[in-house]
Amino acid sequence: MTSLPSSSIRDLRQLGRPKSVALRKLRERVIVGTLALAATFTILVTTTIIVVLARETIGFFEFPDVSLGEFFGSTQWNPLLGSEKHFGVWPLIAGTLLVTVIAASFALPVGLISAVYLSEYASPRVRAAIKPALEILAGIPTVVYGFFALTLITPLLQKISPAFGSYNAMSAGLATGIMILPIVCSLSEDALRAVPRSLRDGAFALGGTRFDVSVKVVVPAALSGIVAAFLLAITRAIGETMIVALAAGGIAQITANPAEQVQTMTAYMVQIFLGDAPATGVEYKSSYAVAAMLFVMTFGLTMVGQWVLHRFREEYD
Amino acid sequence: MTLPPLPNTPIARTQFTAVASSPAATLIGTAPAEARTMLRVRGFSSWYGSFQALKSLDLEIPAQHVTAFIGPSGCGKSTFLRWINRMNDSIPSARAEGTLELNGKDVLSKTVDVVELRRNVGMVFQKPNPFPKSIYDNVAFGPRLHSHYRRAELDELVEQSLRQAAIWNEVKDRLHASALSLSGGQQQRLCIARAIAVGPDVLLMDEPCSALDPKSTLAIEELIATLADRYTIMIVTHNMQQAARVSDQTAFFFEGRLIEVGETEALFTKPKNKQTEDYVTGRFG
Repeated sequence: MTSLPSSSIRDLRQLGRPKSVALRKLRERVIVGTLALAATFTILVTTTIIVVLARETIGFFEFPDVSLGEFFGSTQWNPLLGSEKHFGVWPLIAGTLLVTVIAASFALPVGLISAVYLSEYASPRVRAAIKPALEILAGIPTVVYGFFALTLITPLLQKISPAFGSYNAMSAGLATGIMILPIVCSLSEDALRAVPRSLRDGAFALGGTRFDVSVKVVVPAALSGIVAAFLLAITRAIGETMIVALAAGGIAQITANPAEQVQTMTAYMVQIFLGDAPATGVEYKSSYAVAAMLFVMTFGLTMVGQWVLHRFREEYD
Repeated sequence: MTLPPLPNTPIARTQFTAVASSPAATLIGTAPAEARTMLRVRGFSSWYGSFQALKSLDLEIPAQHVTAFIGPSGCGKSTFLRWINRMNDSIPSARAEGTLELNGKDVLSKTVDVVELRRNVGMVFQKPNPFPKSIYDNVAFGPRLHSHYRRAELDELVEQSLRQAAIWNEVKDRLHASALSLSGGQQQRLCIARAIAVGPDVLLMDEPCSALDPKSTLAIEELIATLADRYTIMIVTHNMQQAARVSDQTAFFFEGRLIEVGETEALFTKPKNKQTEDYVTGRFG
């Protein structure tokens, strides 16, 4: 042995030309600065939106014929027509909820069942075929769904029952349901697949069938993720605009009848901003109050979703 | 390969025989009682795809005894264990040939009801895997799958299972607490209780102590000794001392072959095969 390996490595090391320490420190500082700037920008935009929303909402309530009491107390929303204007937000909330309930009643069960199928039953080949189909569904612009609701779902519904008008809550709700289906399915499947294989093994070894294992072990173990997926999907349904603007109609009314037309909060905002309401008028400002209401609802749901995810998550090491 | 006759309770296990039936202790060195064969293996081979994991095994597992499977990683001992309750069914590329008879019935037959088979053959895994449910619901899980019970009957079944698994005293005041709140060793005993609750004749244990600390390991080993009176236990272990402590019979696997099987005491002290000797004396593996 001529030389120890360590000494030869040391010799080789001497050959390299050292990098500049100052340059390294500068580069680090530039990188940290860029990252911080990007993060700050996000916070800044969010804050700006909230501030504008709050300011304009306060502006709305300063009009003489508007009050918080009427906004939350009245059941009439009649900002444009007639001599007497009414600003009770409940019809818009009811419209939003009706469409959301229809969408959720379709998308949550179908999405969860598909997720269980994909995660627990489907062979890799079947999964490889279905997953891209779902991703295509998620990539379709919502205006296409709206068009689809008007030209396909509504005529179908009218064949089933003549009670359905050209615009109705059912059609918009179903189209919205199809739109949120990939969210429910994809996020639920992620939650199901995150359940450790050892739990499935344990249940199979006790003599469980595939169905027993899926329904009694895997789904309960993934429940927090599934609930979070549901809440996120519902949030998307509440905020959905284009489908309801096209297919749900334009009458703000409190109804549980899916064959009737309803106006959602988002559809109302579209109507105002695309219409000819003067930018200083009370109608125009009212859309900010509705937007603030919508923001509070979706923000609340998101918070609940986060809480559920953290509170009920089972930790597997 | 024929088996040497087995004594009812070997010397290796006598340290725990305080809890075992007392007449058994007197049988050491005397003529052994005839042990019924629980599992009969003849010319058994298995493959993962084109890789042959097990090569023509011949083996007999006596009822109500502890048999340990030892051997280096990848020798096929876990694969063999997982054939006995057909857990390998979930691996598409796995297939097997030969005879694997449990209580005289062919385990590999296409007509075997896997659910029924697994009711009769419980399994305990390497890492404790309690369900994220209450302690009670973990134990009641198996019974509820297979039968309808009245509340009181199920309560009794859960209690008896937990008692047999030597964990009742630790959990009786918090049966409805989450099973995940238990320590690793307690979780593993809970998993044993869960397996027992279905009423199996056979318990398969796949390195049940490898994720546990020495104290919890001792508790599981003592438990295995008490369970050997009622159940036919097969345990895969990397720990040769453990095999020596808990088992009546030991089988040594190497590269998919069953090299030697015999009474534990004899296999460790007077191995017939050179490879066995090298392994049990720590020269490789």
